Amino acid sequence: MITSHPLMLLALLTLIAPFWGALLSGIDRKLTARAQGRIGPPVIQPLYDTLKLLRKTPIVLNRIQVVYAYLHLAFMVLAFLLLVLGQDGLMFLFVFAFSTLSLVLGGMCVRSPYSRIGSQREILLMVAYEPILILLMIGIYKANGSFLLGSPFVAAKPLLMALPLLFLAFLVVMAIKLQKSPFDIATSHHAHQELVKGLTLEYAGPYLALIEIAHFYEIAILFYFVMLFWASNLAIGFVLACASFFLMVLIDNAFARLTTMWVFRFMWTGALLLALTNILWLYFR
Amino acid sequence: MSTTPKLSKSPWVVHFNCNSCNGCDIEFLALLTPHYDVERFGIVHVGNPKHADVLVVTGSVNHRNARVLKNVYDQIPDPKVVVAMGVCASTGGIFADGYNVLGGIAKVIPVDVYVPGCASRPEAMMDGIVKAAVILEAKRRNPKAVQAGQPVVVRTPSAAPAAAAAIPQKEIPQPC
Ligand code: SF4
Repeated sequence: MITSHPLMLLALLTLIAPFWGALLSGIDRKLTARAQGRIGPPVIQPLYDTLKLLRKTPIVLNRIQVVYAYLHLAFMVLAFLLLVLGQDGLMFLFVFAFSTLSLVLGGMCVRSPYSRIGSQREILLMVAYEPILILLMIGIYKANGSFLLGSPFVAAKPLLMALPLLFLAFLVVMAIKLQKSPFDIATSHHAHQELVKGLTLEYAGPYLALIEIAHFYEIAILFYFVMLFWASNLAIGFVLACASFFLMVLIDNAFARLTTMWVFRFMWTGALLLALTNILWLYFR
Repeated sequence: MSTTPKLSKSPWVVHFNCNSCNGCDIEFLALLTPHYDVERFGIVHVGNPKHADVLVVTGSVNHRNARVLKNVYDQIPDPKVVVAMGVCASTGGIFADGYNVLGGIAKVIPVDVYVPGCASRPEAMMDGIVKAAVILEAKRRNPKAVQAGQPVVVRTPSAAPAAAAAIPQKEIPQPC
């Protein structure tokens, strides 16, 4: 069913995805503003920001930096395509991780210490959340008998029934990937002054816009991934994804930023324990 | 009016303290609080000149920081605008006679908007940045049209506090 999708629909989805990500990010800013008793920017403010960045004069420190910005976007789009086409989950994880890794390498190839600290923290974050994602794929395999990301669509029961604890662990990963507050240690949306801007410090103008667009894709990927947890009925999946997204905004506003090692310890104890318990339960039920 | 979104919809501001008494900086930080809510104009305070569009400078320029100010200015990608906050940044202000002081920041970098006041009120600062955002769009359309040296001066009178407006005029004691 998934592979019979016409190519046009795929192209359309790929075009719409960044706009959807931008819209979600705009809603996030609006909700945050309302939570602080402000009016807040228009909902399409992220679009204005990105279009503005695209029209600024590029400042480049070295060519490699630019290559990594493009690679970051390209691998993110590829990850999105793999996800939408219901391809192999492990391949998706690999491409998704390489996209983040491109960003890290881009941050590492300049001399700015803040950019490098941001990159090091991003690597630490990857070490913290990658095990959860791999366990999630194993969980999908145990539940559906296939690593294919299209398998939840044809499964009899929603994925959430088999992987409730892994879903919770995935929400934490989502908070990290969305740069939400207890975990936004590598780079952040608000309070730019922490590490100045960390990872993306040395990118300016259009190249920063590339990274922003890649982040919109990332938001769309995470949103779609939550929908997979209730793929048999996409309407419920959509509600589930919206609820998770709202939870992220809530967490963002309710918590202060944590230290790097705290995030690491939390992920390797709390979140990993949740994921492992779920996997063991799948084996022995 | 063109349909393409303007640059003026998203001015990202970087703030640089040259030689100020910190009065203007306190007012500027007050501007960033939820009370004034500058994000509704798309204004975001960034700490990095490479991400910025608007350079807000407080305080006068002296021999030591002229080089630093020029450096920060050069790191902002074009198009960019400069806002001089307070009389110190505009003319040198109270520090103008200092032996180390060069004067206003216009001695070092081109200034587009002057916001006088010692310290300028957050309302005037907000007005200044919004005016700067309009100049930003004009600069993108035609970089030659907006020449440095034809700056805008913002003299927005601060809004009267709501409580003061409510007091009947005759009850206010007249100065003799
Ligand atoms: S204008 Fe006044 S408040 Fe502002 S820096 Fe100068 S002396 Fe201080």
